[in-house]
Amino acid sequence: MSESLATVSYIGATMLFILSLGGLSNPESSRRGNLYGMIGMTIAVLATLFGPRVTVGGISWIVLAMVVGGSIGLYAARMVKMTQMPELVASMHSLVGLAAMLVGFANYIDPAAATHLTEAEKAIHEIEIYIGILIGAVTFSGSVIAFGKLSGKIGGKPMLLPGRHWMNLAGLLVVIWFGREFLHAASINDGMAALTVMTVIALLFGIHMVMAIGGADMPVVVSMLNSYSGWAAAATGFMLSNDLLIVTGALVGSSGAILSYIMCQAMNRNFISVIAGGFGTGGGAVVSSGAGAQPAGEVVPVSATETAELLREARSVIIVPGYGMAVAQAQHTVYEIAKHLREKGVNVRFGIHPVAGRMPGHMNVLLAEAKVPYDIVFEMDELNEDFPETDVAVVIGANDIVNPAAQDDPGSPIAGMPVLEVWKAKTSIVMKRSMASGYAGVDNPLFYKDNNRMLFGDAKKMLDEVLAALKVG
Amino acid sequence: MALTIGVPREIFPGEKRVATVPEVVEKLIKLGFKVAVESGAGDAANFSDETYRAAGAQIVVGAAQLWSASDIVFKVRGPSTEEVGLMRQGGTLVSFIWPAQNPELLQQLAAKKATVLAMDSVPRISRAQKLDALSSMANIGGYRAVIEAAHHFGRFFTGQITAAGKVPPAKVFVIGAGVAGLAAIGAAAGLGAIVRANDTRPEVGDQIKSLGGEFVPVEYTEEGSGVGGYAKVMSDGFQQAQRAVFARQAKEVDIIITTALIPGKPAPKLITAEMVQSMKPGSIIVDMAAEQGGNCELTEPGKVVVKHGVTIIGYSDLPSRLSKQSSTLYATNLFRLTEELCKTKDGVINVNMDDEVLRGTTVVKDGNITWPPPAPKLSAAPPAVAAAKPIAAPKSHGHGKGGAPASATTMAIRFGVAALLFGLIGYGAPSAFLAHFTVFVLACFVGYMVVWNVTPALHTPLMSVTNAISSIIAIGALVQIAPPLAEAAASGGRPEDLIRVLAMLGIGLTAINMFGGFAVTQRMLAMFRK
Repeated sequence: MSESLATVSYIGATMLFILSLGGLSNPESSRRGNLYGMIGMTIAVLATLFGPRVTVGGISWIVLAMVVGGSIGLYAARMVKMTQMPELVASMHSLVGLAAMLVGFANYIDPAAATHLTEAEKAIHEIEIYIGILIGAVTFSGSVIAFGKLSGKIGGKPMLLPGRHWMNLAGLLVVIWFGREFLHAASINDGMAALTVMTVIALLFGIHMVMAIGGADMPVVVSMLNSYSGWAAAATGFMLSNDLLIVTGALVGSSGAILSYIMCQAMNRNFISVIAGGFGTGGGAVVSSGAGAQPAGEVVPVSATETAELLREARSVIIVPGYGMAVAQAQHTVYEIAKHLREKGVNVRFGIHPVAGRMPGHMNVLLAEAKVPYDIVFEMDELNEDFPETDVAVVIGANDIVNPAAQDDPGSPIAGMPVLEVWKAKTSIVMKRSMASGYAGVDNPLFYKDNNRMLFGDAKKMLDEVLAALKVG
Repeated sequence: MALTIGVPREIFPGEKRVATVPEVVEKLIKLGFKVAVESGAGDAANFSDETYRAAGAQIVVGAAQLWSASDIVFKVRGPSTEEVGLMRQGGTLVSFIWPAQNPELLQQLAAKKATVLAMDSVPRISRAQKLDALSSMANIGGYRAVIEAAHHFGRFFTGQITAAGKVPPAKVFVIGAGVAGLAAIGAAAGLGAIVRANDTRPEVGDQIKSLGGEFVPVEYTEEGSGVGGYAKVMSDGFQQAQRAVFARQAKEVDIIITTALIPGKPAPKLITAEMVQSMKPGSIIVDMAAEQGGNCELTEPGKVVVKHGVTIIGYSDLPSRLSKQSSTLYATNLFRLTEELCKTKDGVINVNMDDEVLRGTTVVKDGNITWPPPAPKLSAAPPAVAAAKPIAAPKSHGHGKGGAPASATTMAIRFGVAALLFGLIGYGAPSAFLAHFTVFVLACFVGYMVVWNVTPALHTPLMSVTNAISSIIAIGALVQIAPPLAEAAASGGRPEDLIRVLAMLGIGLTAINMFGGFAVTQRMLAMFRK
């Protein structure tokens, strides 16, 4: 296959990737979108394999690596539980980062890569390698930590080292200085030294950055790492002078950046402050506890049977799921309850906050897994004004996203964050293990409202009881 | 000095209601008024002169005497020309007027220098609900429509299983879920019928369900939206879809109750002759819009007719047929209005034209026609929003992720920085790099445009598919594993094995991503079902 034919194939692959992302604009076209992505990837890989830059001798090696990697990937995709999607995504980000690092190193030690370059081109090429490895390393270590946090292997609380901003700044200066050394390195060995130091710093930076981020901010981090993995691919594309990689990387990078932005908006926080560290570090928390904004009053507990009764008498119900539902694996029971009520003519809808769960769209995927039809699943903005006409709002394992303090208490750390206004429903029922506060560490005045009832216990167990009680009645 | 409220006997043929009832007379007297009732005014509504007298009213024999003795006259139907002639110069009249349909009546009343409050013009705001006579009459009308239908219908409403066989429940279809429609739904459901209802406003679906009805929506999806003048096109298409729904219901149901009215216009013709023909023999249509021309083509206002075996009830006096109930509610509405007029409780009225409710209700004031009223005032926007803005603005500065529209200076700084960066790149970079850079920048924009269209529900699949796509890095590893020999030979000293190991690892890792990413995306997307 000639160089031109390979290039044309790459253009085709690029278009298919764009169509693939475009297909996700609605669930109907999304399956076709994914198919486009697969076709595009196949074309790209085949065009490279049979292109002018791979000789026959390499094909067996490539097939071997692909088969091994592919089987692992397919196995993981088959076995993963939907509640574990954030972990899977994070670990995949780390793979992209690691691959970008490896490709960068291999490219640097390969003298064939830079033989016919002019002086200026060589400098740019080396900067590209340097930046590519840098981004790859940050993505890799950051994603590994994110994976650890999401899977519970590392605690969710932010780890805040003293003087962490200065440490980051110092790291950045060292990286820049070694970058200069790297450019002026006389031999490949000298360059490798600089490159290695930089990689270590980048890895540490990635670890440090994600360690400092609290559990509730994970959606932002996951989408940010998604973005980084894209930029890593784009940097690799520059390094290899390959437009397909550049375009794909840019698509993925901007996609992740937009997701991060949407997540930040949904929490009313700006991107810098999320990256700079977790909740409860600024002055906000102090103001809140000092200003006497602590909600007071009595919480009214209910039993599963009473909950069932409330639901049976309701004409319209909105269910607000949160991370707690994912943890308890309760989505199937939730669907059973919703189905039962819908058969009885109750208008059951689901309200999803953009940052519910640990990843953008996490709740939608879980509900889809439980076969909840997507036309009764609504975004926050779509049904927030319907709460006053709603008889019962059921909150399952969510806390901060239904906290009225975000609207009422300007001193609250989450003030201004858009929330689902469940307290406007005639009755709200909150399912929770205990009275502990959410990830933001903010007490929730919702629990003390007159029209609120608390159903304490494990969400799955409680919902099973509610379902049983509903079926009896 | 206490004013006298006079209540004449209604002279409109068939009108059985009366504008006050003994219970309310007592309340009016407590407000400081004297009340005069024409002898026999309450007879048709089962209120005798004695009960009025017992409540403290003075009974006056003869319309002329009553009109001349009254400072304020309470009526149900608008006054006839003779009645206007009897009216005292500069007197006050409270009644249904329908000023839009009766301009001559307004002129006559204005000539009398009268002050006239029209019960049909009460503004529809929450404060005025207690004096909204239209709603209370519509409520009664809706109930009575069901009773009339039941009267002419040859079967039970409710389904029964008796020793003599099974009785299927009657099916009732209500068109228009306003006050009258909802009352009809409630009454029919209360009798045990299966009730369906339709309304052009989809938001009333919940109200219909709350009364035991089933909402039958018009399945009409908008097409060609965003094109100029689409409202007109849509309404045509909508009407067609609506007809189809009605035609289908007509074949199925036993009773149709229509309540569709458009303010100030003849009633829309919703039930065609063919639909009537398609109904089962013995079916009933109650056309509550008969007075405005009727929703059914075959309706004859004021009459009951049988066409194609279907009884079509076109009574225009349904509330009057429940005269005791409607008189009581109407009298209470009038009492609430009197309370608004007489806040001092000394038997003197003050038609305060600054009061939004009274301004809307008053159609003639001291001989000047004040109808139609000005549009209701909107409350001013809360000032807090404006105050919050300046605090938010500085936040968006610098990192470009503030969300709020950036100020001109911020934009200028951003453009400046961007121009500087591009300038530096353009100054130092070779052309080969610039070609790639162009592609990169354009791809960022394409990505931006495409990703904003992704529905939030699919954000997780978006992440996994972008993950899969970013394993395109594999190509970087692929080209390293065995480049063409000529090139490799030319550059001696290539650490073949090390590179091969690194590249193999790279390919393996990206393959995990590639296959895993697409597979898991496929798995997720397969779950998204309607």
